Amino acid sequence: MALPQNPPLDSPPPHVTPHVPLLQLYRTFFWVGLFSFGGGVSAWLHREVVNIRGWMTDDQFFSGYSLTHVLPGVNSSNLVVYIGQHLRGASGAVVALLALLSGPFIVVIGAAVAYQYLLQVPGFQAAVAGIAAAAIGMLVRLGYIAVRQATTGVVPVLIMLAVFIPVGILRWPLVPVVLVMAPIAIALAWPRKPKSNA
Amino acid sequence: MRDESLLALLIVIAPLSLVAIGGASGIYAPLQHQTVDVYQWLTAREFLEMFAIARVTPGPGSMITTLIGWKVAGLAGALVATLALFVPACIGCFVAARAWNKYRGTEWHTAIETGLRPVAGGIVAAAVVVLIRLAETGPLSWLVLGVASLVFVLLPKIHPGLILAGGGAAYVAAYFAGFTAL
Repeated sequence: MALPQNPPLDSPPPHVTPHVPLLQLYRTFFWVGLFSFGGGVSAWLHREVVNIRGWMTDDQFFSGYSLTHVLPGVNSSNLVVYIGQHLRGASGAVVALLALLSGPFIVVIGAAVAYQYLLQVPGFQAAVAGIAAAAIGMLVRLGYIAVRQATTGVVPVLIMLAVFIPVGILRWPLVPVVLVMAPIAIALAWPRKPKSNA
Repeated sequence: MRDESLLALLIVIAPLSLVAIGGASGIYAPLQHQTVDVYQWLTAREFLEMFAIARVTPGPGSMITTLIGWKVAGLAGALVATLALFVPACIGCFVAARAWNKYRGTEWHTAIETGLRPVAGGIVAAAVVVLIRLAETGPLSWLVLGVASLVFVLLPKIHPGLILAGGGAAYVAAYFAGFTAL
């Protein structure tokens, strides 16, 4: 029996999206939301959804990550809606959003009520600053993963730099940069078909 | 009166949801204008306090709207103000995500996914740099950031909450040791 042509060695086995119970989705994102300080949310989501639970592949995660950055709205809530939709459709999206927000909702109101007292607790502001600094470390890890999985050749590296330098170094607004670079990047990745009339 | 406040919250906040493209920083100016100057729900000082609280508590900093809603109309106000901020944009995102996931497996979908890979890499790398610049960087924050990064990269199984708590503990220890150059 003739085997089908071998796939290229570097292509991963096809990923089957597992069935994720809504309760498990809620629990997972509730904890991520409760600990989501200063930019670490997307990194923590990646850890849970890709690394620990295998609900998504890197490609699925990062394409959604790019998508949610050019859509209106808060990036982290958009990202959980994307993940929830991917896993469980509309109910998944609703559950994911409520899960992400319900913890912070309670904490932020509690903090506002207790604000005057919290300020008097010695070291409170230091603790908050320390948590925020450590949260950036989480994002460093996501950056490491994102950069590593995109470093597949000269062209992707150039595209990466063409996004990073304007946004990260020159402080240009992210959305226009991505709206220009994304189509270029996609065009360069487009499969080249042999011309039929060649 | 109460229903009127809830409606007003909705009218002020829901459009902001769609203004926030590429991060929520765009909402603060119009939000302050509406809540402080136009509706006079709170003073400028209260707005700044709420801004600070929303920044240091978990969740998006834009949950300042939750606090504004709480001040204006209690729990119902907080719920309306939170959902008004997130739901409109999330519906948009849901529609986009569904369209995107529907075509999974097609050749062009794979091409877009591959093409977006380096774009995402650039976005995350830029976000790291921008956040480091925003943080008040002193020797201790570099130390915490560096150690946290190393632990996150080398020991991915460690629960992130532990590392965040470690960062907080390091700062508190430095604070009580009288180390001020945070």
